[in-house]
Formats: sequence, C-alpha cells, structure tokens
Amino acid sequence: MIWIDTIIQGILLGGLYALFAAGLSLVFGIMRLVNLAHGDLIVLGAFLILVLVTALGLNPFLATLVAIPLMFALGWGLQLVILNRTLGDDILPPLLVTFGLSIVIQNGLLEGFSADSQRISAGALETASIPLGPVTVGVMPLLTFLSALAVIVALNQLFYRTSLGRAFRATSDDPVTAGLMGIEPNRIFAVATGIAFVVVTIAALYLGTRANFDPTIGPARLIYAFEAVIIGGLGSLWGTLAGGIIIGVAQTVGAAINPEWQILAGHVAFLVVLAVRPRGLFPKGL
Amino acid sequence: MTTTSQKWTVETRTAASTVFAVIAAVAVIAAFAAPLFVSRSMLQDLFFILTMLMLAQNWNLLAGYAGLVSVGQQAFVGAGAYAMFAVVILGGLDPVLALPVAGIFAAALAIPTAFFVFRLDGAYFAIGTWVIAEVFGLLFAQWKALGGGTGTSLPRDATRDMFGVPFVKELFDTKSSAAADIVTYWLALVLALATVGFIYWLLRSKQGIGLASVRDNLQAARSVGVNASRLKLVVYVATAFGTGLLGALIYIQTARISPDAAFSVTDWTAYVIFIVVIGGIGTLEGPFVGVLVFFILQNLFADYGSWYLLILGLIGIVVMLFAPRGLWGLFTDKTGIQLFPIRRRLAGGPLVAHSREDTHG
Amino acid sequence: MAFLETRALTASYGDFQALFGVDIALEAGETIAIIGANGAGKTTLLRSITGILRNGADQVLFDGKPIGTASPPEIVRHGIAMVPEGRRLFPSLTVEENLLIGRYGRKAEGLWNLDTVYDLFPVLRQRRNSPGTALSGGQQQMVAIGRALMSNPRVLLCDEISLGLAPVIIRDIYAAFPRIRQSGAAIVVVEQDIGQALKVADRVYCMMEGRVTLSGKPADLSRDAIHNAYFGTA
Repeated sequence: MIWIDTIIQGILLGGLYALFAAGLSLVFGIMRLVNLAHGDLIVLGAFLILVLVTALGLNPFLATLVAIPLMFALGWGLQLVILNRTLGDDILPPLLVTFGLSIVIQNGLLEGFSADSQRISAGALETASIPLGPVTVGVMPLLTFLSALAVIVALNQLFYRTSLGRAFRATSDDPVTAGLMGIEPNRIFAVATGIAFVVVTIAALYLGTRANFDPTIGPARLIYAFEAVIIGGLGSLWGTLAGGIIIGVAQTVGAAINPEWQILAGHVAFLVVLAVRPRGLFPKGL
Repeated sequence: MTTTSQKWTVETRTAASTVFAVIAAVAVIAAFAAPLFVSRSMLQDLFFILTMLMLAQNWNLLAGYAGLVSVGQQAFVGAGAYAMFAVVILGGLDPVLALPVAGIFAAALAIPTAFFVFRLDGAYFAIGTWVIAEVFGLLFAQWKALGGGTGTSLPRDATRDMFGVPFVKELFDTKSSAAADIVTYWLALVLALATVGFIYWLLRSKQGIGLASVRDNLQAARSVGVNASRLKLVVYVATAFGTGLLGALIYIQTARISPDAAFSVTDWTAYVIFIVVIGGIGTLEGPFVGVLVFFILQNLFADYGSWYLLILGLIGIVVMLFAPRGLWGLFTDKTGIQLFPIRRRLAGGPLVAHSREDTHG
Repeated sequence: MAFLETRALTASYGDFQALFGVDIALEAGETIAIIGANGAGKTTLLRSITGILRNGADQVLFDGKPIGTASPPEIVRHGIAMVPEGRRLFPSLTVEENLLIGRYGRKAEGLWNLDTVYDLFPVLRQRRNSPGTALSGGQQQMVAIGRALMSNPRVLLCDEISLGLAPVIIRDIYAAFPRIRQSGAAIVVVEQDIGQALKVADRVYCMMEGRVTLSGKPADLSRDAIHNAYFGTA
C-alpha cells in the first residue's frame, strides 16, 4: 500500500516537472533555442507571485492571473530585444547569453529578496486532501497535475488548431519561406517565448505553493525540465508529461528507499533512458 | 585563372608574435622568480589567476575550438579534487604525486560521461554535462570516508611534508605553510605553461586544422575525411584530464573539500565562461585578457556579493551580443596583432583573378 | 509607369556581384517570362523583388511606390506572392494547412480560397490531410502555387516551377495558368524551359551574367537571337 502511495505521489510530482518542461520544449521546438535561464525564470515567476500575494493581499491563484500578462510581456520583450539577436547557426551565442541571464536573474533575486527560503501560502488548500481510490492525495499536488494536463491540451490545441499554431510550425520548419508567406519570424518567436513565459508562471505558482523556494534553486528546475523533455522525446508534449512522471516517480521511490537518494534517483532514471533510448520514449520527427 | 611566377608561401608567424615571444620569455622568468620578491598573499592571488587561466584555456579549447559548449566542467574539477583527497587520505600518497592520478581519474570518468552526453545534440549537450556534474556531486556526497555531504580536510602533515616543501622551506627560510604555497604556485606556473604550450601545439598541428574545420563546418570537415566525433572525444577527454588535474591542485592549496564547493557551477564554470567570453572565445589570447579583467573586477567588486556576479553576467551578455569575439577580438580587429599565430595566412602569390559563386539558391 | 518594375537593380553576395543594373517592367494583368542559364541571375532577381535580398528603395517600384527596402512579409502584404524554387512546402503542415498558411500575411478578398484552389487542382482536395511533403513532385508544385494564390496576390512570382518534373506534369501545371490570369494577377515566370516560357508569356526577358540581354514579344524573337542572348555569342 505504501508503494502505491509513493508511486501516485511520484506521478503527481511528475505533473510539476512537466509544467517546468513544457515552456522549455515549446521554445526549443519553434526556434531551436535552449534557454539555460529557464529554471531561474520559473523562480522569478514565483517571486513575482509572492510579491503580488504579500503586497496586494491577493489569493495566489488570482495573483497568478495578474502575473501572467506581466510575464508574457517580459518573455515577448526578452525575445524581441535580446534573444532574437542570438539565433543563427552558431549555438554559442544563445547558450552563453541565456547562461549569463541565469546568473543575472539569480543574483538579482538574491539582492532583492536575500537567500532566505520563501513560500507562497495557499491557505487551507495546502493541507487539504481527498481520497482517490485506495490512497488519499493532497489537493495541491492534484491541482498541479491537472494544470499540467490542461496546459498540454491547450498547447496542442494552439499548435494544431489555430492559425498562430500553423505559423509556429511553418517558422520552425523554414523561417525564410515562412517570411514569403507574410510571417515575421522574429515576431512569431517573441509570441512563442511570451507563451512559454505564461506556462512558466503557472509552473511558478505550484513551485512556490508546494515547497520552499529561494533564488538559487533555478538551475535544478532547469535540469528536471530538460530531463523530462529528453526522456519524452523532442517535440512531443505528451512525451514530456511521461518524462516528467518518470522523473517524479524515480524521485519519490528513491526517497522512499533512502532520503539522500531522491534527486540522484531521478538523474539515474534519465541516464538509463538516455543510454537505452537516446531519442527518447516518444520521438517525433520535428 | 592566370598563372604567374610568384610563389605562395604559408606563414603563421607575425612580427608582433616575435616581439611577444621575447616579452613572454622575460615574463616567464620573472614569474618563476616571483616568490623572491612578492608577499604571500600576492602569491596566492597569482596562484588563483593561474588556475583560472588554465580552467579558461581548457574550456576555451572545448567550447571555442571543438564547439562542445559544456556547463559541467565542475564535474572534473570536483572529481579530480576528490581523487586527490582519496589517494592522500586513504592511500597516504604525496599530494604532488596525486596530481597525475587525479588527472587520469577525471579523464577515465570522461569516457563513460561522453557516452551519455555525446548523444545529445548541440545545445542539449550543455545541459547534459550539467546533469552529469550534479550526479557526480551527489555521488561523492555519498562517500562517507571523505566526509559525505559535509566534506573533509587534508591532514596538516600531508602538505607540510609534500614533495618539494622541505627543500623550499630551507631555500627561502620560511614556514611550511608558506613553502607549500610557493610549491603549489610553481606547479601552477609549470602547468599553465604546459597547458598553453599543448593547446598552441595542438591548434597548429594537423589535428588543429581538423578541429577548426569541424567548428566551422561539420559537413565539409566530414567530406574531407576529418573524423569529427573522434576528434571531439579526444578533446573532451584531454580537457577532462587538464581540468581534473587542476581541481586537485586547487584543492591542495585550499586543503578543505565539500561536494557543494568542489562541484560548484558558479566557481568552476560560470566564472570560467565569463573569462573566456569577455576575453575572446576561440582565441588563445582571450583567456589571458579575460582572467586579468576578471581579477580586477573581483578585487573591485567582490565585497558587493551578488551585485558582482550580476554585473559580470551583464557584461558577459553585452559582450556576447555586441562583440562576440571579446576584448581580444576587438583589439585584433583594430590592430591586426596576433600573439599566438595560429591562423595561416597566404602570403605572396597572385591576386585572385576570378572567383565565381553559384548564385542559384 | 509599369505596375511592377526594377530600375538599374544591382545585387551582390558578399564580394560577388550577381546583378548589374537590371530593368524589368511588368504591366497589370500581364505575364512575363524570364529565361536564362544557371547563374544568369534569375533567382537573384526574384530574391530582390521579394525582399530576401535588400536593395536601394527606388530600385524596385510597385504601383508607383518604392519597395526596394521592404522585408518579405511587407512585400507579401503589398500583394506580391512567391512560388519558391524547389516548392519549399512546410513538412510539418498538411496540404490544407500549407494552403491556409498562404493567407497568413495577407487576407485579401478575391477569387482564391480553399475551394477555388481545390477546383483548380482537384487532386489536392483528395490529399488535403496528407503531410505536404508526402505528395509527388508535381502535386507539391500545385500546393506551392495554390499556397501563393491563397493571398489573392496582385503579382505571382514563379521560380522554376518546371524544374525536375516530367513534361506531362509540367503541361498539367501550366494548364492552370489561363485561370490564374483570369483572376487578374500579373505573373512572372522564371524558367529554364524556354519552350514553355515562350508559350505562356506575353513578353520575354532573357538574362545572362547578371544583365538583361534580350527582351520582346515571343513572336518577334528569332531562335538565333534567343540562343545568343541565352548562351552569349560564340
């Protein structure tokens, strides 16, 4: 029984990792940009929600709704002003610029909020739980997982059912020809990064409410996100969810055996998949 | 194409490089003599500069020349340092003899590591190396004999009786700890010369040309028979050796290790990347310029804590966006001076009479 | 003043100059063909008109307006659509999505929409949900033409649409041109297939080494004149 509980906790945790990963996957899929500051941006989002909660006395969910347009604008502007300049055949500029960005965000947050642990209070929801078959699960972890499902469904709809989604895929295929269709690749990239930042903000809500966070934990979130993307296979959002679940389950099972092995177990699961299925579990020709 | 009697010659040497060679020789002699006339704290600063320079040269070879952008070189700093601690504490080996052991250990770890990270393309390779570094950190934290997660210290007598220390102690008539600083400084100096010399030799060799062609155009390199992935693997393992050895040397001087410090991405990769980017990526001179700028910035702003790193990050971003070849690149563009001539220039010969490109496309 | 014209158009790739003062004029509703050997500068000319290569503002004029510095999306909004060499369909899009993306930058009213494009090339209706790149070369060319038509362009530029296709398929594709002309679009076809070009065009320009070497109505041009303009006098 304890094992079923552990695995269900792991699956729900996987939802959080899929939320971390979805934005990374989106940006990479459309413009082949790997944003090394992705984890730090999630932490930045969490601090933004925290400020809105404490300064305006908002409910965290309401604060997230306020943060979403702000973060969209930030992502849009960042892509338009800085990241578009780094795109090209050479992989160095985007990597080094986003790595610099990661350091800037981390240390900016340290300067603004100190290294103290923070937490966004979700009130009674934090401790609420409901029975689910043979086990009881926390409402927040369940909400996290359902949000991940909702985000993935929404992104898939956007990609395959809208004119913007077609423009995303066309630009990803061939930016020059996309230009001949009247698509402005730089603007499409800016919108894509804006949308990725919306997902980042949703991830930030759950990062901040389910556990303590501080300015330095971003890189670890980037790594979990990356592992979920690679396990799932590039270009498949459902694969990314599966990847997140595998990391989540490996971590909770590892922790159940020895608390020191929690993080290590997740990494080991990733390395095993990388060794056996280098293109991921659900590869998709992009 | 017209034919003429003029002959082509290939030159790599430049006038500036000849002058520079003389100045460099004098500087090296002065550097060896430094313990005679500088304070101990300054010697420690020089040691720090030399180690950062070598880390930067190694990373530059990896990223700037082989196109392998790793953000996980702390894996090898930490592995080398832990290997040194292990053979000194558990095996009773002399720390100086532990240096090559540490290098070999790191290089040996690089082979299975490469098996994993080389499966990841380009940008994802970067994060892959970071994962590996995290895994190493977590694994070494499990090594209870070396203090687990909290770490451990080198026994005092290990460095006091280290190779060369008694001799230097007598020579300079000084305390063991000061003598140990001099020995590690000299080791760092020798290693720095060896590192720069090795990379210079490599880049001028046939393999170096292969490397440049791999970086510039993978397809073309493959079509002329350069085995790109093998060359990359060799560079990856070689830099792991250099980085691991350095990790051990740094921790002989530090004498205290913990997984968090030894596998720190900030100390062993972020700083190093900024040094190379600011100085000029893909040049041998760049890391020299970068490490000087870095040292000056650190002395000016280190007291400001996170502001310092924030500013360093901003400078790195600005340089990458607006002067992607760094300060040294700006300097060579203005003056045409190259101190380590690697690029081959065609001299003499006729001017190109006709060149046609296919305009279709 | 012509509808679309280039004036003393020059273009270079780095140090290599590809166009040396090219003057081309297209009247409204007219079809012109540009012929020439590989490397004559035909594709460079189209790349300049579509904004992939930037020029001096006054080197390209459309409807009296200078458009030489406009970007490709701006050119599309003006109503100039391109069928690029090699079809260049988007592999992650289905046939229908490839057609729909043609409307992304310009949603002008006009004859062309999904239905009328499917009527023009009925085979595409059956394959509407296949990935664009799963089609045969000729069908892909139809998608590429249909995609450009979806924006109801005032000028349609076609770059080497017969390249790599069997003669019978080329004939099928060119059979659609009268209806495209009826929709009011002016057409520029760049062709190496001289016979096909002379058949479809009101006027012909011949290019060699970055210059226009001959122009006129097909009926007025002798075989020898075309041969000389195409290959140079030897």
